[in-house]
Amino acid sequence: MFRLQETRIDAVTLARELAQSGAGAGVTFEGWVRDHNDGRRVLRLDYQAYAPLAQSEGENILAEARARFAILEARCVHRVGTLQIGDLAVWVGVSAAHRDAAFAACRHVIDEVKRRVPIWKNEHYADGESGWLHPDGSAVKAN
Amino acid sequence: MSYCVLYFASLRDRAGTDAEQVDSTAVDARGLYAELRARHGFGMTEDRLRVAINGAFAPWQQPLRDGDEVVFIPPVSGG
Repeated sequence: MFRLQETRIDAVTLARELAQSGAGAGVTFEGWVRDHNDGRRVLRLDYQAYAPLAQSEGENILAEARARFAILEARCVHRVGTLQIGDLAVWVGVSAAHRDAAFAACRHVIDEVKRRVPIWKNEHYADGESGWLHPDGSAVKAN
Repeated sequence: MSYCVLYFASLRDRAGTDAEQVDSTAVDARGLYAELRARHGFGMTEDRLRVAINGAFAPWQQPLRDGDEVVFIPPVSGG
């Protein structure tokens, strides 16, 4: 299950839904909005997504994780819209019979989501500027 | 031909719109981007972008058909 969401992510409920009788390990990752980046003070973030492609690419990543690692379940929820410092921006959860596969798959999923899923982060800085992050270079300003 | 172009992130800011209908003689995404880059003054070169056609990643040289939805995907920064 991959999902884009405009409302707060409920990590407790999501983690509970991973549980099943054959699972001996559950690993979750939470990505939070941080108050600084690259030496600048960040006040808030906007996330924008190309939703249909983000959805299919996110599902591809989860399917790849299930094929590559000995896991039972892999899920990911990503926020879109405006987020404040400390908000949960992305959640990944994996269940497996054993912990090695769960840790490895969880790491793989978040890395691939950050690398491939068409979602963009706009950081609003304390000095009043803002910039979309396009991380093969640096922040790209609007003009 | 007529294409529906969607914009995201810095390209959206620069174009000043999230979507536009473009009448063009371009036959692939490469030609279409060159045209739109000139029109809107996009700083980003083609090698920094990926292309999606009708909701799926596609090669730059894939022939476009009338009515296609084309999206130029800047480097992503989710997570």
